[in-house]
Amino acid sequence: MMPAVGSNVPRKDGIGKATGHARYADDLVFAGMLHGRTIRSTIPRGRVRSVRVVGETPGLIVVDYRDVPGRNVCDLIEQDQPFLVERDVRHLAEPILLLAHEDREVLGAVRVDIDYEELAPVFDPERSEGVLKAIDIVKGDVESALADADFIVEGTYRTGHQEHVYIEPNVVVAMPEEDGIAVFGSLQCPFYVLKALKSLLGASAHIRVVQTETGGGFGGKEEYPSMIAGHATLLALKAGRPVKILYDRVEDMVATTKRHPSIVRHRTGVMRDGRIVAMDVDVLLDGGAYSTLSPVVLSRGCIHAAGAYRCENTRIRGRAMATNTPPNGAFRGFGAPQTQFAVEVHIERIAEELGMDPVTLREQNALRPGDTTATGQVMGVDCSARMVLDEAVRRTDFRKKRDEFAGTNRAIGLALFFHGAGFTGSGERHLNSKARLDLTERGVRIAVGSTEIGQGTRTMHAQIVADALGISYEDVEVAQPDTTLVADSGPTVASRTCMVVGKILEECALEMRRRLGDLTPAAYHARHGAFSVLRKYEPPDWIQWDDHTYHRDAYATYAWGCDVVEIEMDPDTFEVRPVKLTAVQEFGRPIHPALARGQIEGGTAQGLGYALLEHVVMRNGGMANAQLTNYIIPTTLDTPELDIVMLENPYVGGPFGAKGLGELPVDGPAPAVVNAIRYLGLDVREIPAIPEHLVACASR
Amino acid sequence: MRFTLNGVATDVDAHSMSRLLDVVREQCALTGTKEGCGEGECGACTVLIDGDPVCSCLVPLAQVEGADVETIEGLGGDHPLQHAFMSEVGAQCGICTPGMIMAALPLAPNATLDEIKVALSGNLCRCTGYAAIYRAIMKARQT
Repeated sequence: MMPAVGSNVPRKDGIGKATGHARYADDLVFAGMLHGRTIRSTIPRGRVRSVRVVGETPGLIVVDYRDVPGRNVCDLIEQDQPFLVERDVRHLAEPILLLAHEDREVLGAVRVDIDYEELAPVFDPERSEGVLKAIDIVKGDVESALADADFIVEGTYRTGHQEHVYIEPNVVVAMPEEDGIAVFGSLQCPFYVLKALKSLLGASAHIRVVQTETGGGFGGKEEYPSMIAGHATLLALKAGRPVKILYDRVEDMVATTKRHPSIVRHRTGVMRDGRIVAMDVDVLLDGGAYSTLSPVVLSRGCIHAAGAYRCENTRIRGRAMATNTPPNGAFRGFGAPQTQFAVEVHIERIAEELGMDPVTLREQNALRPGDTTATGQVMGVDCSARMVLDEAVRRTDFRKKRDEFAGTNRAIGLALFFHGAGFTGSGERHLNSKARLDLTERGVRIAVGSTEIGQGTRTMHAQIVADALGISYEDVEVAQPDTTLVADSGPTVASRTCMVVGKILEECALEMRRRLGDLTPAAYHARHGAFSVLRKYEPPDWIQWDDHTYHRDAYATYAWGCDVVEIEMDPDTFEVRPVKLTAVQEFGRPIHPALARGQIEGGTAQGLGYALLEHVVMRNGGMANAQLTNYIIPTTLDTPELDIVMLENPYVGGPFGAKGLGELPVDGPAPAVVNAIRYLGLDVREIPAIPEHLVACASR
Repeated sequence: MRFTLNGVATDVDAHSMSRLLDVVREQCALTGTKEGCGEGECGACTVLIDGDPVCSCLVPLAQVEGADVETIEGLGGDHPLQHAFMSEVGAQCGICTPGMIMAALPLAPNATLDEIKVALSGNLCRCTGYAAIYRAIMKARQT
């Protein structure tokens, strides 16, 4: 039998998606279903004085905070965000009142008057006094190393918001069941929703959360669906009927989370020969009005802030600040794209200052096995910084092209980057994830809470199980995530679904193999009936991590990448067009090469949008361009030729040598593009590098 | 209102200003056509009207009176484009896929990569970076 791992088996969900038969949440119809609507604050900060629904609308269901049976808290890391405003408004578009009606037109016509006492909002994270999280990472003695350095190079780098633009907007349906509630939705983390609903309804409530086919997430459906599920649940319980809340694109863009904007300051000590001897980094994230996931986004951002380089004296200080904008949250990359943008542009400026080839500077300082990261983690043989850098430079003939382009409106730029796989530090230990395999009449069924959101979860998990169990890929089925039926394998985030959950499934399959003896699953089932194997994740025993000092092994392993991009700038309009991007990425081993390639291609396109096009305009604390008409993501005509190179360097702790891949590709494009623009004489230190910004750089 | 839907004469009782998208999804229960933005920017709701790809969220029902409307369901499940989208992983989350396939359908068999890009420039995909979609369309033409 051909091994499934390493081959491009058909996607489990391919046929449904290609025929239009796949059922997304908005495709579900429930008898007697009402439509829900969220009434939101129209000011960024203040107090609600009164709320009044205008007129009489027969059949209208109205819910406010007084209808919450349990705690009015959308439980996540902190318990600071209410499902519904009680008195204090902390951001624009904050949910205050919920309405439901069977007729969408009638529902949309209902007017609600809200009277506020307005307070002065804070939009600038540098002026905010609300610290959501602070982190300090210290290695060696930065101040004395800076004092002894030949040069000190300083710089400040900024990144803007980024909107996820999953093509399917958020949608959740809540349905009262016999003794509780069932929730069906487009979401990444069914057990996060369950936790939030337990807070809303009380721990004893019977709650079932089911993930329906999900039209993209990218982190945007990690935490926010918990809020929508809470709202739909409140309406459904009050109405005694199913309620669907479907956001239109504008509401989705205005109200839900975005990538955290950042300001990163670098002060770096270097020696004449190119050795980096001191890195002092300050990371500031704009968290928005509530904590959401800001503490852990900051954590990942800080750990990646020194880049893929060795430096014995490092200090990284990070803060996530509260402002009166809608909360920022998880977005593919999770803080690392921001901080690696800063360090990769800064490295280019250091090379300039030294009069050194920036490729040579990177070659000299890139992490090698045996070196330590900013947290003091010793790099093992799975460190591939030089491998990806060398291959990218060779494959693109980087130095020659750079010289050829000199003096034209074309340029080539490069970025080296890495991405830790799985939860940070002791996160995986605390998560205590579980996976289950059920023996079926034909083969086995995977029963995990990990969600398919396009990345290929079902397919890749089935490949791992098939090979570990020695059965065919077709005989492995995958259960729909339903919190009452599957094991809690942790959230589908952090590039962990293949490496961590895939590993537990591999172990389940190996144990099942032992119990089957020489029998096939079908033969065993016929003789002895069904059984299940449940296993939990055991992180590698060598991992040491201190949550207080941020020392040692931040991640079990890292994936590595080097992106090289060729660009062309219109000398009149300052529009930058990427012409070709070469992405050389090492992530252990691809379980499904075509899916892996798709992750790199798609992540790279998102990174290019982040670099050049995606400009969230904030006005009075809200997104002013909340439409796809004027928030521009890459179309076919904006996306260049992509040359993808997948290198292998297996990680012994991953299934079949695999590391995490999902987020890595987003880290590289922005710094590569800006480093290319640099060769055109523009000192850009901010993204998105839109023409308006480049004109300003040119006239400085 | 009478029109032909996937080859079948159809008569629906709906307001003439109803969006074709809603009529197809709700009245005709064909949910393969998706809504991504409601303003003609994302192309997820692309259907063919008399053979031309159109965003059905922008089309009032009155405009299709007597017309031929084709949705993803009209392809059945055995069209070369559908097979190629599966084998080349042209679909990830799948929400743009029906619209993408409908937009690619009228392309000439000898269309160049640049022509494919132009034809799909009104269809947004956030997952694939489009490369696998081009590979799927190229492959479908060889079969």
